[in-house]
Amino acid sequence: MSGVNLHGIWAIYRTEMARTLRTIWQSVATPVITTALYFIVFGGAIGSRMSHVGGVGYGAFIVPGLIMLSLLTQSISNASIGIYFPKFTGTMFEILSAPLNAVEAVIGYVGAAATKSVVIGLIILATATFFTDVRILHPVWMVAFLLLTSLTFSLFGFLIGIWAKNFEQLAIIPSLVITPLTFLGGAFYSIDMLPQPWRTVSLFNPVVYLVSGFRWSFYGLGDVGVGASLGFTAGFMALCLIALAWIFRTGWRLKP
Amino acid sequence: MPAILSIEALGKQYKSGHKALEGVDLSIERGEIFALLGPNGAGKTTLISIVCGTVTRSAGTITVAGHDIDHARREARQRIGLVPQEIALDMFSTVLNTVRFSRGLFGKAPDPAYIEEILRDLSLWDKRHARTMELSGGMKRRVMIAKALSHEPELLFLDEPTAGVDVNLRRDMWALVRKLRERGMTIILTTHYIEEAEEMADRVGVINGGRLLLVEDKDALMRKMGKRQLTLTLQTPLPAIPAELAEWSLVLAEDGLRLIYSFDAQAEDTGMPALLHRLSELGIAYRDLDTSRSTLEDIFVNLVEKAA
Ligand SMILES: Nc1ncnc2c1ncn2[C@@H]1O[C@H](COP(=O)(O)OP(=O)(O)O)[C@@H](O)[C@H]1O
Ligand SMILES: [Mg+2]
Repeated sequence: MSGVNLHGIWAIYRTEMARTLRTIWQSVATPVITTALYFIVFGGAIGSRMSHVGGVGYGAFIVPGLIMLSLLTQSISNASIGIYFPKFTGTMFEILSAPLNAVEAVIGYVGAAATKSVVIGLIILATATFFTDVRILHPVWMVAFLLLTSLTFSLFGFLIGIWAKNFEQLAIIPSLVITPLTFLGGAFYSIDMLPQPWRTVSLFNPVVYLVSGFRWSFYGLGDVGVGASLGFTAGFMALCLIALAWIFRTGWRLKP
Repeated sequence: MPAILSIEALGKQYKSGHKALEGVDLSIERGEIFALLGPNGAGKTTLISIVCGTVTRSAGTITVAGHDIDHARREARQRIGLVPQEIALDMFSTVLNTVRFSRGLFGKAPDPAYIEEILRDLSLWDKRHARTMELSGGMKRRVMIAKALSHEPELLFLDEPTAGVDVNLRRDMWALVRKLRERGMTIILTTHYIEEAEEMADRVGVINGGRLLLVEDKDALMRKMGKRQLTLTLQTPLPAIPAELAEWSLVLAEDGLRLIYSFDAQAEDTGMPALLHRLSELGIAYRDLDTSRSTLEDIFVNLVEKAA
């Protein structure tokens, strides 16, 4: 055997996808039901009393933000559980003893987590079309943002899974950091609607860039430039990769 | 051909500051069964874990079939199978899937016929579609072995393979290890059961406090270190050891009914014939005569005491 351990990557990817399929109903039903609820509450009840945002109906306006909300939480939770679980059950020894390098292991785990996120993102998009009129101006960019965000936050989730020493730590970042940032990140409004100084403060929220870029790919309008959105996501991905490289080199939280 | 495993000047200090291994040198030949024998906390698991890559080392070099475990990681690791001390399985996976997973993880293309063979060998074939959490402890352990064998390793590590296992399972395990060896597998097992090392091993390494105290051919070790004992059951009890017998180191036991003579099995002159001759001269009659060889346990206790 030389070159890349393709069988190893595939073994991890396949096992991770099988884990998802075991809980297929939770995996799919939860985001579909949640999305439907958001549309009923925000799109229907509140949105009917709201004016259009930048020429887009409120129901349609929140679609990219809703998808982004799911992508972030799903990517993080899938990838973090994927790598935390072997630590928890002790099966990590096998991953660590295998002829598999860091990149190969990450492709397997993060690839599977990102795949699941993308599928869920697409399911939410499909669900949304039942409730509102969704247009996609830049489909290629839409897919690009979908993939990039899923991958980046799956990487981030992978890091959390390695860092976490217990289930509380596993849950703390998504619930204490990601969810608030997403709600405050313009998923349900344009940050232009905020009074100062909150508008400026929002520009420090990384999720603003993700939602904005994604929304631009749908409707051609965003709170910040699409270049800034891409740059932010790519930069965050690079940070995650650097951290991962360091972890695998030193064995931090993996090897005594 | 290079040794299947070569360890030089291996040292390990855990972050807690504890020195688990110091200056360990060890070379393992192809096809042998090597038993690493030592009490709990001796550093056996640490040693195995470092070779397998699940624990980092502080010093030393290790090669597997001539491949450095750092610089030729892949070549080294694909030759190794590890059955750790603790059972750790993906509870939701089926037996078949978890064994296939291991094979893939170690970079091998699927081979259903081979997987079937090992599952049959380990009496797991009927359970192949069962989830691992549904299995008994003994079966789980066999699944761990199947996983370790799934990628056809040349060197198999068994960390305390029979700890906490009942007698039947222990016999099964020993039979399995012999079968694997017949097929050319090199096996390194750790144990704190002397009986196990004595039963299984070609060579024994004794480890204590992170130091490898000795490595020796098991039989040679028995011969070299082994004491023999001659026990004479007397017809009438002796009140004390007669002065005429002072030149032998004798012990009188069981109210003077037993005379025990310990001697070095390796010595040119064991002194045994002379002792028996002297006894008949003195008219001390005996009903029974028995000799025994010390077990590895005695040897081990002896060594550890000497090192302490
Ligand atoms: N992760 C760890 N951190 C600190 N000390 C450890 C760790 N693992 C093992 N040790 C210590 O190292 C010594 C050797 O342990 P181990 O290799 O498990 O021994 P054995 O397998 O021979 O029973 C013990 O004193 C143990 O407490
Ligand atoms: Mg141990």
